[in-house]
Amino acid sequence: MAETSPDVALFATCLVDAFRPSVGFAAAKLVEESGSRVVVPEAQTCCGQPAYNSGDRATATKIAKQVVDTFAPFAAVVVPSGSCAGMIKQHYPALLADDPAYAAKAKALAAKTHELLAYLVDVRKMTRCAARCSRTATYHDSCSGLRELGVKAQPRTLLKSVDGLALIEAPNAETCCGFGGTFCVKYPEVSTRIVDAKITDAIATGADLVLGGDLGCLMTIAGRLSRQGSTVEVRHVAEVLAGLDDRPAIGVAKTPPQG
Amino acid sequence: MSVARAAVLSSVRRALGARPSASGVEARLTEPPPGVIPARGRNDSVAMFLEGAARVGTTVDRAASAAEVPARIAAYLAERNLSTAIKLAPDPDLRDLPWAEAQLQTREGRGEDHDTVSVVQAFAAVAETGTLVMISGAESPTTLNCLPDTHIVVVHSRDLVGAYDDAWARLRARGALPRLVTWITGPSRTADIEQEILVGIHGPRRLHVVMIDDGQA
Amino acid sequence: MDATSHTFSANARTALADVKLQRALDRLAEGFPARRRDAVARLPEFDALRDAAVAIKDHTILNLDRYLERFEAKVLEAGGRVHWCRDAAEARATILSICTRAKAKSVTKGKTMVGEEIAINDHLAANGLDVVETDLGEYIIQLRGEPPSHIIAPAIHLSKDQVADTFRKAHGTLPPARPLTESRALLEEARTVLRSRFLGADVGITGANFLIAETGSTVTVTNEGNAELTMTLPRVHIVLASIEKVVPTLEDAATMLRVLARSATGQDVSVYTSFATGPRRPGDLDGPEEFNVVLLDNGRSAMLEGELREMLRCIRCGACLNHCPVYAAVGGHAYGWVYSGPMGAVLTPALIGLDPAKHLPEASTLCGRCEEVCPMRIPIPKMLRHWRERSWQRGPSATRSRFGLAVWAFVAARPRLYRWATGAVAALLARLATRGRFAWLPFASAWTGTRDFPAPEGRGFVASWNRGERR
Ligand code: SF4
Repeated sequence: MAETSPDVALFATCLVDAFRPSVGFAAAKLVEESGSRVVVPEAQTCCGQPAYNSGDRATATKIAKQVVDTFAPFAAVVVPSGSCAGMIKQHYPALLADDPAYAAKAKALAAKTHELLAYLVDVRKMTRCAARCSRTATYHDSCSGLRELGVKAQPRTLLKSVDGLALIEAPNAETCCGFGGTFCVKYPEVSTRIVDAKITDAIATGADLVLGGDLGCLMTIAGRLSRQGSTVEVRHVAEVLAGLDDRPAIGVAKTPPQG
Repeated sequence: MSVARAAVLSSVRRALGARPSASGVEARLTEPPPGVIPARGRNDSVAMFLEGAARVGTTVDRAASAAEVPARIAAYLAERNLSTAIKLAPDPDLRDLPWAEAQLQTREGRGEDHDTVSVVQAFAAVAETGTLVMISGAESPTTLNCLPDTHIVVVHSRDLVGAYDDAWARLRARGALPRLVTWITGPSRTADIEQEILVGIHGPRRLHVVMIDDGQA
Repeated sequence: MDATSHTFSANARTALADVKLQRALDRLAEGFPARRRDAVARLPEFDALRDAAVAIKDHTILNLDRYLERFEAKVLEAGGRVHWCRDAAEARATILSICTRAKAKSVTKGKTMVGEEIAINDHLAANGLDVVETDLGEYIIQLRGEPPSHIIAPAIHLSKDQVADTFRKAHGTLPPARPLTESRALLEEARTVLRSRFLGADVGITGANFLIAETGSTVTVTNEGNAELTMTLPRVHIVLASIEKVVPTLEDAATMLRVLARSATGQDVSVYTSFATGPRRPGDLDGPEEFNVVLLDNGRSAMLEGELREMLRCIRCGACLNHCPVYAAVGGHAYGWVYSGPMGAVLTPALIGLDPAKHLPEASTLCGRCEEVCPMRIPIPKMLRHWRERSWQRGPSATRSRFGLAVWAFVAARPRLYRWATGAVAALLARLATRGRFAWLPFASAWTGTRDFPAPEGRGFVASWNRGERR
């Protein structure tokens, strides 16, 4: 395939694109540090999960095809989100299995798509980062990354190399945060009870920073923490690993408000 | 046969669609393939049995011979201040043991509500989980296993097997299955009140095993 | 029982406000998962056993008719009877007629979820029979007139003092001043009351965890020993089982049992596992004169047909409930019918219809923990999505969330428009947010009711990167 580019395409995901570009910059920086060149295709939008998980298969299929086309030319695709990477790796092949024009392409995309941390550690064999961060952190394993892609050790491997960072495991690190896509607005009270358990568990570790690999979870955790008046901060793990954690944490103002 | 039978079977067949005609059913039933037997079930060691029994609160005593069983049981009952009147399974192996010598009063029969202590022989014991295999029959009424407060089971160490599957092999060798085969692993218990584990809800409050050391199978 | 699944949201709110229930759910979340984990850690072959168990069930399901016929033949050979029933009504009528023929007055029951499914207690009681549940948890909820809140621990939602209140009301002949503060006292009272019921019963009804085709045996697992009393003391024993419970051989049953208790309660094996084959034999001193198996379809053959076939592997261990964040938040009653948690969210629409149960597949975060712990490796999230697709296909198209999704999909399919729109909204929101977050946003109250909404940083990543920005 002559038109294949050796570059790594970054699929930022819709949440990172719109809400937290810092994560995109951090992810790109890490991919470059691992020795790959990064391209950010302009035509990317969303992976189609909201439609897929709502039962709207037709829309999900349409968006999946668009993603397949957008990323077909690249050698590898890196996604700073377990659930979006999981959507492409685990669900696109099934979604497009009956479409003769797309079945093979979907499988090919699935094979070359990687969740960010899995790419850095498993593919690029990265074992450490140059970052510094004098905080006490705990890591939340987001469900899709953990269960669909087996992302568990990779973020911890790299976080252990961060100078000054103390990482404390929460006993229920693998329990869902209650986000669940549209679930969090369809059943807000249930979602809140779930995130409260998550937060209690995280705070009990003594951490002042909650890290994770999925912006949906992190916005849920951050939103609930700040509603409770907590000062515990929330960031995407890539921000810390790339040394781009000088920006305000998720849901925190640029300049601290007066008073 | 009944209309419902035909209807259920035909809707099952319709749903399953076309299949190979035999697909291993007959073979599986006549020559059951062995299951996955865990390492802990691959040796018939007394130590493994004791470990499983201890985990669930089954107490185990050892007797050097069958003749010693009444004395061991008498000691167990005395230690706990339990009645010395026991209901004995009508089992020839048990009947002629020296019960009177051990100051125990025995009656034979099935279990009744007022029986407090029963003594029954197990068909086998399974090391894998510290489980007793009890079978119903004229010589081992089921009621003796589930009505009395104190359930005492006599088992020969030669009847100790490694895995459940070994017990099945022995049962098959014996012929058709008895009405009831019961694996018993510990005394009756419940966790239905606030998940607190409490022993003795319906059946025995105590499960005690006397193992006669007469060698391996 | 009448299902209340259609009011899941309201049920859930009630559950969240119930302090006692929340405490019970916390206990459950601490206990069950840890005990399962320990049991699995003690058995290195656990995953190999899961694979074997899945293979057994898949093979059996593929030959379900053949194994059912063999099972039936073997029951007859052992002197028992088999009654095939297409649906709940047929099963209720069959059981009642067995009781009537036996001139029964009093019936004891072991725990059977299929019995709950067909609401057998109400039917027998309406026909003048005195029916008593003998599993302690089932007994408690029967006295309270409640459905089970958990398939293996039916009264898990109750506290000790609620049980004490229930006993005081139900056991009116006992001294009112008796102390019932300790669990032990409650247990002793139940033991005494139920013992007399066991002894007086004419018919015993139990469920079955498995049916064995090779021998015509029914397999019943309990910790209490109530099933043994139920299947031994009365003159007539009725086993109520749905058709997917069959496994081929004794060895196959052993494999299933090795994963069942470990997944359910974290025990290596349950206290009592009974294999019942036919009625009392010549020479036996106890046991029923009559052994009946009621084989119920009630929607199972329909599940065989399509996307839900793998659900027929379910062995009702409850692991998916014990590990489900939604179940842990709201408990079983919120699901509104017999089966709750993830397995209930798959089964209920299949058994009572999607319309009344359409909330259940939606009320999941799809976190995948259920599939991870399911001993039968049932892809529950995939099945929940299947139901969501069915709902989507038939649902009204005018709801607000559908409208929102349609707008989003329209934009997402047009990258240029998408870039512009998301960039504009991000910039606007970033400018409006004073503290980096919103405590309230129009159209987003479902989020901001309980959580702040983190403000966007103010620019789109894709556009910024391609403009040359690098941080
Ligand atoms: S779905 Fe799986 S985990 Fe849930 S009850 Fe059934 S077998 Fe157990």
